[in-house]
Amino acid sequence: MSCDDKVDCGRRRLLVATSVAGGVAGVAAAIPFVSTFAPSERAKSAGAPVEVDVSKLAPGEMMTVEWRGKPVWIIHRTKEMLEGLSKIADKVADPQSDRQMQPAYAKNEYRSIKPEYLVAIGICTHLGCSPTEKFKTGAESGIDADWQGGFLCPCHGSTFDLAGRVFKNKPAPDNLEIPPHVYLSDAKILIGEDKKGA
Amino acid sequence: MAAANAEKYKTDGTAAGNLLEWVDARFPLMSLWNDHLAKYYAPKNFNFWYFFGSLALMVLVIQIVTGIFLVMHYKPDASLNASGIPVAFASVEYIMRDVPWGWLIRYFHSTGASAFFIVVYLHMFRGMLYGSYRKPRELVWIFGVLIFLCLMAEAFMGYLLPWGQMSYWGAQVILNLFTAIPFIGNDLTLFIRGDYVIADATLNRMFSFHVIAVPLVLIGLVAAHIMALHEVGSNNPDGVEIKKKKDANGIPLDGIPFHPYYTVKDIVGVVVFLMFFSVVVFFMPEGGGYFLEFNNFFPADPMVTPPHIAPVWYFTPYYSILRANTVNFFWIDAKLWGVIFMGLGVMVFFFLPWLDRSPVKSIRYRGPIYKWALGIFVVCFFILGYLGMLAPTPGRTLVSQICTIIYFAFFALMPIYTSLDKCKAEPERVTG
Amino acid sequence: MKKLLIALLSAPLLAFASGAELHLDKAPDRSRDFAALQNGAKVFINYCLNCHSASYFRYNRLTDIGLTEQQIKDNLLFTADKVGEPMTIAMRRAESKQWFGAAPPDLTVIARARASEFGSGSDWLYTYLRGFYRDDARPTGWNNTVFSNVGMPHVLWELQGEQVMGPDHKLTLAKPGLMKVEEYDAMVADLVGFLRHMGEPMANFRKELGVVVLIFLAILFVFSYALKREYWKDIH
Repeated sequence: MSCDDKVDCGRRRLLVATSVAGGVAGVAAAIPFVSTFAPSERAKSAGAPVEVDVSKLAPGEMMTVEWRGKPVWIIHRTKEMLEGLSKIADKVADPQSDRQMQPAYAKNEYRSIKPEYLVAIGICTHLGCSPTEKFKTGAESGIDADWQGGFLCPCHGSTFDLAGRVFKNKPAPDNLEIPPHVYLSDAKILIGEDKKGA
Repeated sequence: MAAANAEKYKTDGTAAGNLLEWVDARFPLMSLWNDHLAKYYAPKNFNFWYFFGSLALMVLVIQIVTGIFLVMHYKPDASLNASGIPVAFASVEYIMRDVPWGWLIRYFHSTGASAFFIVVYLHMFRGMLYGSYRKPRELVWIFGVLIFLCLMAEAFMGYLLPWGQMSYWGAQVILNLFTAIPFIGNDLTLFIRGDYVIADATLNRMFSFHVIAVPLVLIGLVAAHIMALHEVGSNNPDGVEIKKKKDANGIPLDGIPFHPYYTVKDIVGVVVFLMFFSVVVFFMPEGGGYFLEFNNFFPADPMVTPPHIAPVWYFTPYYSILRANTVNFFWIDAKLWGVIFMGLGVMVFFFLPWLDRSPVKSIRYRGPIYKWALGIFVVCFFILGYLGMLAPTPGRTLVSQICTIIYFAFFALMPIYTSLDKCKAEPERVTG
Repeated sequence: MKKLLIALLSAPLLAFASGAELHLDKAPDRSRDFAALQNGAKVFINYCLNCHSASYFRYNRLTDIGLTEQQIKDNLLFTADKVGEPMTIAMRRAESKQWFGAAPPDLTVIARARASEFGSGSDWLYTYLRGFYRDDARPTGWNNTVFSNVGMPHVLWELQGEQVMGPDHKLTLAKPGLMKVEEYDAMVADLVGFLRHMGEPMANFRKELGVVVLIFLAILFVFSYALKREYWKDIH
């Protein structure tokens, strides 16, 4: 900042110093207020990772648990179901799951850590409805004759396969999201966290 | 108003200048700025006591901002949660613990309540020192007393919200004052409570008044207070009218523009105030039990009255006056007299501009009688406040009765002693 | 006139002279002693949390006094499934009211609630928990020096032993407990320290932040005061 004869330099310097200090004080005072918008300890506690026991989940069945207020599906896929997935690779929009809808450890053909168990968030990537299960295959499903089992979103008709992959030419843009999860033991899954403990 | 005729802003050619011209052509921006800050000429001799007006505004802002954030997390609900705690009480502890930084915002708000009264009491005392209520500032003063009344209502209703024992029983006592009104008292009290006891309905309506109704009125009154002040101009410690001596341009000889002179000065005042405020918030948020009463950390229990209930400190002078009335007099019982005198104790301030007959305004030029009268009045006010916090005993009641009489005598006898007082001559211009 | 003023000024002193006195022992300060606070937490969870809840205090808040979440999970998590949950209890309030005459109060903020003109809430609790004595007139068999006719029996009696009230209103230890007097007092001090911590877990941080804020305001004061002087040098 230049000062010439018309501007009182001492005054300007003090004005700047006070304004800066006052501005810092104002920003510092604003931080606590803005921070109150962050999730509270209660919300964090309610949104803490969920432990699920899948030992009683029979092959071909699905269970739903709640994590952070959202339905998380756990599907015990049979061999036939897994085989069905590869048959429809050309019909789904993102068969290799290249888009970031899953943690790195679930980026594979089955979109899971262990092939038989799919853990996915049951919220349609279109506008947030929860799709319904359509596990019956073929024409019996009421969807189409080649249907290998999957999900149909009742709101706008998006369909997903049993790996949560979205079919082509449907309103939903992306595959279903896979939440972070980890196997605590063979039959215990911790949903919401990658690492064991804490 | 002068604003209509004020010259509109002409751009200096820069983008900001163009924008300002555009706005000023459609909105009286420059005239507001000039009327209230840049060309509002305030006496140059303001002293320490003149900080409290801007500080009161500052506390109002603190209360509104912290209040907005508290309402996001507080729940006005008297029902019990799974652990048997009233939801309202638990939600305050939720703010204190679970909401990020909630404790700081809550302590700001609870400390702000007491700070508001400290600042406002000092601001009112300033008015009494320098005769700021005298002609032509009667309306400034009346708006001020209305603000004081609103503030008391606001504080009373806000204190119910934490739903602790003191909240509950304090409200019980104060709302039962209405039962003293003859004939309709009991029905009226039931109507105000909305239940047979202080209950969820009471809490909800108090919450509504506290966060919406009273603050709206308060802000309106503060605007009226400042507009009236800026219409007539500020008084000063000498109590002489600076508008009587103007220079060739019509600017008071003893006046200086509020901005920048008093803005930079008031910033210093605000910083010093914030230092005191921070000492309380960060090192003694309970204010020794005066700002947050210890008993209020017990959840409200309609079955058990705490052994000793006292209102928060800022109400205690008036609470003492209420309790000091122990005699049935004429056909009115002591209870009603207590309520009448407590109400009068606040209302009497409205009449101050007309009770004071002194030829001078400022204490600097008044005679000894007013100085003594004001001194004794302040002492009595403190004693009443102090006694209001203690449980009554015969001795204490007697002292509070004497102080109550002096309190009212100060006002009732004012027309007499102010006209008898030997005043000094006011100077022509402000001094130092 | 002066006499009146003196009379008025001395009146409050006169007025203050009455009222019951409550003598409280000063509780030792444990606010920054993590080992003591952890011990207090252990005592609290083992002895108090059966009947009393601390329903605003989350288990994971114990990390403030130096415990890890794993330690909390392994050693202290009795009444909840997750470390993020608060210290609630299973006992139904209606039932406990029937058993004790009054429902045991939630203890989260008890150390703040028990403060009075006679001493801090910690002092009250410290005196109270050491003030139980045998009283056959009471249904529980116990009475207390600072909380007369208390509903709670002396839960820690096996540790402290049995005290009796002498005719001089002094307590004497009639039957020693598992702990020596000093050991018991130290344990109660830890417990009270924890109760105080639980009442306001952010208290230490609050004070530290306060120092920073005040230093910053002092700097702001210097700048703003200099600025005011600078402007006001024009005014005579």
